[in-house]
Amino acid sequence: MSDPILIIIEISKIAMVFGVLLLGAYLVIIAERRLAGFIQDRLGPNRVGPQGLLQTAADGLKLFMKEEIFPAKADKVVFLMAPAILLIPAFMMFGVIPFGDKIVIFGREIALQVANLDFGIIYIFAIASLGVYGIVLGAWASNNKYAFFGGLRASAQMISYELTLGISVVGIILVAGSLKLPDIVMQQTEMIFGIIPRWNVFVHPLAFILFMIAAFAETNRLPFDLAECEQELVAGYHSEYTAMKFALFLFAEYIALITSSALIVTLFFGGWHLPYIENLPISDFVLQLLQILSFVLKTSFFVVTYIWVRWTLPRFKYNQLMNLGWKVLLPLAIFNVLITGILTAVF
Amino acid sequence: MTNTEAENKKNSLDLDTERVNLNFGPQHPATHGTLHIEMELEGETVVKAIPHIGYLHTGFEKLGEHLSYNQWITLSDRLNYLSPLCNNIGFARACEKLFDIEVTKKCEYVRILLYELTRIADHLVCVGTAVMDLGAMTVFLYFFEAREILYELFALATGARLTTSYTRIGGMMRELPDEFYDGVKKFMADLPKVMNEVETLLNRNKIFIERTRDVGVIDGETAINYGLTGPCLRASGVSWDLRKNSPYSCYEDFDFDVPVGERGDVYDRYWVRMEEMRQSMRIVEQCMEKMPDGKVNLDDPKIILPDKDQVYNSIEGLIHHFEITMENRGIKPPVGEIYDATECPNGELGFYIVSTGERNAYRLRVRPPSLINYQAFPYMLEGGMLSDSVAILGSLNVIAGELDR
Repeated sequence: MSDPILIIIEISKIAMVFGVLLLGAYLVIIAERRLAGFIQDRLGPNRVGPQGLLQTAADGLKLFMKEEIFPAKADKVVFLMAPAILLIPAFMMFGVIPFGDKIVIFGREIALQVANLDFGIIYIFAIASLGVYGIVLGAWASNNKYAFFGGLRASAQMISYELTLGISVVGIILVAGSLKLPDIVMQQTEMIFGIIPRWNVFVHPLAFILFMIAAFAETNRLPFDLAECEQELVAGYHSEYTAMKFALFLFAEYIALITSSALIVTLFFGGWHLPYIENLPISDFVLQLLQILSFVLKTSFFVVTYIWVRWTLPRFKYNQLMNLGWKVLLPLAIFNVLITGILTAVF
Repeated sequence: MTNTEAENKKNSLDLDTERVNLNFGPQHPATHGTLHIEMELEGETVVKAIPHIGYLHTGFEKLGEHLSYNQWITLSDRLNYLSPLCNNIGFARACEKLFDIEVTKKCEYVRILLYELTRIADHLVCVGTAVMDLGAMTVFLYFFEAREILYELFALATGARLTTSYTRIGGMMRELPDEFYDGVKKFMADLPKVMNEVETLLNRNKIFIERTRDVGVIDGETAINYGLTGPCLRASGVSWDLRKNSPYSCYEDFDFDVPVGERGDVYDRYWVRMEEMRQSMRIVEQCMEKMPDGKVNLDDPKIILPDKDQVYNSIEGLIHHFEITMENRGIKPPVGEIYDATECPNGELGFYIVSTGERNAYRLRVRPPSLINYQAFPYMLEGGMLSDSVAILGSLNVIAGELDR
């Protein structure tokens, strides 16, 4: 790390990921509102700026100028910290996700990933579990019964679905033989029979479905948004939050949404891998740019899927959520690991 | 598990558990108005639910003792504000029974047409909001768009979307405009599409079925004991519809079925409402076909206000106008008391009027379906989850305007 240029590169990568995520969250908020409008046969916000692109900025400004309200018996320190505790892990998770192959600029080979940790996947699960503390602490500190119920639901939900989330990936780790995310992506760049890309979604379809469902639950999106659940719990864990603290909760939700979409792409859809064009006569640099673009597009596809599902399905009930998590998803995940293990040992 | 066993288990775990009192409402997004339910929760399970009323007190019944019969029609709009025309028509019918008047056939048909359209509008909102409470926002907006067309039509006919006040004793405020019939035809063509779209979203949706099947169950006998009427009663398997069981107006002329559920749960109440919309569409179509000629209003200047043209240009017209509108005169019914009920979208909407022969009632009592349906709410909820409360509340369609008259 003595090389100053290396440090500059690393810092600029961090800044870039940070900026792209913030911009992404901004765009996803608008996309969500416009898409919801499209699905529901109405317009959605289209007045502020071209196609309503500045709507989020206007809302952000509004939230920025709102009065900060602390509930009378709230624990002020925890109340203030909770949004940050939720937001920071959402950013941190993206640190290990490779968004492109190694790229060569000015003769330097740069890996398009903030940190290539040896235990990439474990790191992601560790950080993802931290997020729930933000919700639970915020709910607890609000001293509000609705928020309290939201917090309780969130913690139970996270614990139940994290198991499925973790175990469904074990199969992939078994086959890839590595916890590093770039290795998992590299492994997916092969071809089956020379035509189908060897993406994990084709190799581990069950794991993909389980992971996807658990990821919905982890991001607290409908049909799993029991912690928020406006019809029963008013606004759930953030009932008492106003102004920028509320905006941070919102931002954290959307950044978690992007991160989990990116994770689904990385683990199951070949990450930045763009099949069929490797042999075309284009320069390496263009190819790498196309790969980054394909990563962005794949991620956007899943973000749109998240939005689409949210505006289509009703919400689960608490006991159904628990039943689904413990009685259906978890046994299936374990079964999946078992089958994958046997097949790996045989072949 | 018996109580003592549960107690023993609790003691053996040595857990210090406490029940939580949750005030659900009066300001709460799912209560659609100002309802207040005091719940006692054990974890997520509702052990006890006490509904409170009194947040939208209007004094309609007391006002009925001071306003003349035609004046009170404007208040009936606000009873169940999702079906104002049904209330107008129901009250006008009760008054006509008191006055012993027969309205024209055209008037009966126009009333039935409006009544069934209002039933569709009411069910659209009820199903939409009930499903929205389960988290499916999109259905709500699909149905609201359909209802919007209906409300435009009502505005065309009556001059107002909600405060219609369209009936008068002995007739209607005015004839229906021709464009109204065209609009209804167009709406009748569009509504099945919207309903099919919504049924595609819901009827085979696993989450929706799990949220509604066997939730808030009430069997037929209990439902009768609680005095439930309307879709909530029919969902419990009791085929009781005033339009069929004690036909009033011209309902015998029409061919329609009464959908009846089996289990009396939230899903059946949803299903009954959807089917009732289809049946109402049948009645509306027949009504449009058979619409008789003639006038909607009686040709009786002692009851119906004369045209403005006559009021300004003839002495008789002026006298009739003053006889009806002046404070110390007005149309006066015979002495007596009557009860008359119609099958409004939520159930039996009854009016009990005691008359001493004055221009206003001695006592005017409303039998609102919502209040009586709401009484069964704790029975349906207790033992269920917190999430069931919104599902059941949505399926009962409790309208706060009817709770405290």
